[in-house]
Amino acid sequence: MISLKINGASHDLDLDGDMPLLWAVRDILNMTGTKYGCGIGQCGACTVHLDGQPVRSCQTPVSAATGHDITTIEGIHGKVAEAVQAAWRDLDVVQCGYCQSGQIMSAVGLLTQTPKPTDDDINGAMDGNVCRCATYGRIRAAIHQASTKLV
Amino acid sequence: MYAKTTESLLPTLPAETPQASRRTVLRGSAAGGLVLGLTLVSGRGFAADGSPGGGKAVTLASNTAPPEPNAFVRIAPDNTVTVIVKHLDMGQGNTTGLPTIVAEELDADWSQIRFEFAPADVKLYANLAFGVQGTGGSTAINNSWDQLRKAGAAARAMLVQAAVDAWKVPADEIVVSKGVLTHKSGKRATFGDLAEAAGKEPVPDDVKLKNPKDFTLIGTKIHRIDYVVKTDGSAKYALDVRRPNMLTAIMSRPPRFGGGVKSVDDKDARAVPGVVNVVVVPQGVAVLAENTYAARKGREALKIVWNDAGEARSSADMLADYRKAAQTQGAVAAKKGSAEDALTSSGKVVEVEFTFPFLAHAPMEPLNCTVEKAADGSYDFFAGSQFQTIEQMVAAKYLGTTPDKVRIHTMWAGGSFGRRATPDGDYFGEAAAIMSKTDGKRPVHLVYTREDEMTGGRYRPMFYHKIRAALDPKGGIAAWQHRLVGTSFMKGTAFAPVMVKNGVDSTAVEGVSDMPYAIPNLLVDWHDAPTPITTLWWRSVGHSHTAQAVEVMVDELAHAAGQDPVAFRLAMLKDHPRHAGVLKLAAEKANFGQKLAAGKGRGVAVHESFNTVVAMVADVTVTGAEVKVDRVVVAVDCGIPINPDVIKAQMEGGVGYGLGAALRNQITFKNGEVEQSNFDTYLPLRMSDMPVVEVYIMPSMEKPTGVGEPGVPPVAPAVSNAIFAATGKRLRSLPFDFDSLKGA
Repeated sequence: MISLKINGASHDLDLDGDMPLLWAVRDILNMTGTKYGCGIGQCGACTVHLDGQPVRSCQTPVSAATGHDITTIEGIHGKVAEAVQAAWRDLDVVQCGYCQSGQIMSAVGLLTQTPKPTDDDINGAMDGNVCRCATYGRIRAAIHQASTKLV
Repeated sequence: MYAKTTESLLPTLPAETPQASRRTVLRGSAAGGLVLGLTLVSGRGFAADGSPGGGKAVTLASNTAPPEPNAFVRIAPDNTVTVIVKHLDMGQGNTTGLPTIVAEELDADWSQIRFEFAPADVKLYANLAFGVQGTGGSTAINNSWDQLRKAGAAARAMLVQAAVDAWKVPADEIVVSKGVLTHKSGKRATFGDLAEAAGKEPVPDDVKLKNPKDFTLIGTKIHRIDYVVKTDGSAKYALDVRRPNMLTAIMSRPPRFGGGVKSVDDKDARAVPGVVNVVVVPQGVAVLAENTYAARKGREALKIVWNDAGEARSSADMLADYRKAAQTQGAVAAKKGSAEDALTSSGKVVEVEFTFPFLAHAPMEPLNCTVEKAADGSYDFFAGSQFQTIEQMVAAKYLGTTPDKVRIHTMWAGGSFGRRATPDGDYFGEAAAIMSKTDGKRPVHLVYTREDEMTGGRYRPMFYHKIRAALDPKGGIAAWQHRLVGTSFMKGTAFAPVMVKNGVDSTAVEGVSDMPYAIPNLLVDWHDAPTPITTLWWRSVGHSHTAQAVEVMVDELAHAAGQDPVAFRLAMLKDHPRHAGVLKLAAEKANFGQKLAAGKGRGVAVHESFNTVVAMVADVTVTGAEVKVDRVVVAVDCGIPINPDVIKAQMEGGVGYGLGAALRNQITFKNGEVEQSNFDTYLPLRMSDMPVVEVYIMPSMEKPTGVGEPGVPPVAPAVSNAIFAATGKRLRSLPFDFDSLKGA
């Protein structure tokens, strides 16, 4: 039995411990805000937080996620998350939107650690999140805009 | 044998639908029958936030009710106005733009607007540029413009008539604004108040449309309709569909195009916990399991022996074949004067070649499709459906039923760039084939892994261009001979009668055969390069390679003539004011001609695609073999700008999509097998690669044209020309060969 604490709720699941957290969240718990994009940790669409730190859920076996606080896009809240989502909406960042859960999870992680990031900080934190619609310019602008609400 | 192509299943378009080409209809009048009415239907299972399903299970009954007569607009007593969107929104924003057109003519308040994706119904929801229901060719806004303006205006007229009947006042004394009807007597009613009465009014035959100068929504900043649901995880994409008791299917397909299965041993696969079934279908072998993880494990355990049929060449072999083909003249796509005579008599001929690789679309959401059998034997499909009419026909063939028994629920699509629309409905066919091999009791969700998507074909075809040109001593270009070699993806499809004329596939040569420059002697010809490798339109189609060839060559000739690249072009664009307009605008905004520091370069390109003209000026910094694209200034003429911010977003995205491919993307083959499989080998553009993009929209009162694709073609040549300006080196072929800059 695998015990996962996701967005504050505990789930006891009969799973193969090697199953990536991504599939437990999406297929077993039907929380589909977290996306599958590549399955090899190259695109960031599956980003969730483990104890507040962004991780790629496709590379995180459920056995490694037990005992940690897991947060998905459905569960983010607080000052940083609200600032990020507000900026994303104000600047109409999204196009197809498929990668944006992961982008937002990475951006919240960045701004939690570094409330006033430089462009280089943004490159460092966000280069692992692919957007095939290339909304990168707006993501950068939204992170800077959210930052003004935090410092 | 299980071939990668399914030619016997290629659909034939219904005879009664017009097979208009994308191009002719864009230019012609797209008259479509207006079917409109107002009914009291509310809440057909789609959420009020515009998101299909809205985070809840989609109610199957929702799309089974015949949509007639409320084909495009529905006004409910709760004062919401729901616009039915017949196109797929894969990010380009038509679920915002199309409702804006209705809301404008209706004089609705934007806050009351909702949308639904239309069901599959070619009679009501055909793309007027295609004759079938589908999305592509940057046509969504253009083909819907007249249709939706009339729909909105008719609904408005019916509301006014309902007020006339109730208030006993003349129609011309009623004012409609922001969803409210008022009369100077003090009478007032919302759309919701009048919805029921208006629904009983006859649909007017003829309606008066607004003068564009009176538009209040069109041309203004309106937030995308999906700007909330796509930032909180609630937007439902096809991959998020969860039907009760659903199985996930993952397929093994032949590693070689045209190849197939020799033998299958599925014993180990069936033993994997969670695996429920293994079925063999014409396209390959599918593992059905309780979840994605189990299906993947099951596929890994399949033991398949593939035959060695199909494409066996490597990329270098193919290029050698293309070069050989280019030694003789192909099918003539354009001819003016005599290019050969002019080149022969010219003192100096510039001769160059360009090569372009196969490209994968790589949308973020891999292909997937859910199929569920209903109690009456009909079927529900859930997908980011881009070619509904074709998909209905293909699915029906595999399932042994008729297209009307195939309902399609169009979901949000996580990108497409052309990939979700195929002339043979490929992945719908796979899902249907798998379903046909089961007892039909459990819904089946066919999913592609990223590797499946990237190795699964439907690539932008590889192309080879050879150009010979000569300057006119009196100015301009005297002659241009342009030969292309590359695979037609239209031949053999239902679209061939329209798209392949006189032996020329127009999608292979578009952008060259119709180039805007006044050149007295022009010859464009093309050789098909048949291969079992499946190819397809890729965001901007032929323009994805032709713009690079034409705009780099023009730049070379400007340089050879010792002329400014902008002035050189303008002198040949006297009959093309839209080209000249955006070219001047981009050049002015980018301060083209300004002296730059060493290592920096500025390049320009202008290109028309899908009746939209885009000019770009790129700034680069070159350090050794490293190139950083710093800024791209874009000027676009797309007619009346409906949502300027969405247009800007599409130009930004077009720059990024085209640039990513130009910098480093290629699908290559070794002995017939694809060498790239995921984002570790097909390297996508990332945050740190993205230049600053500035977009300027040309004011216009002309009918709007598309913006989804036209932002792609000019970026590669603008960057290429900027690299030349910085280094004196021409990078013609794509992706750019940066190593050739070493020692420059």
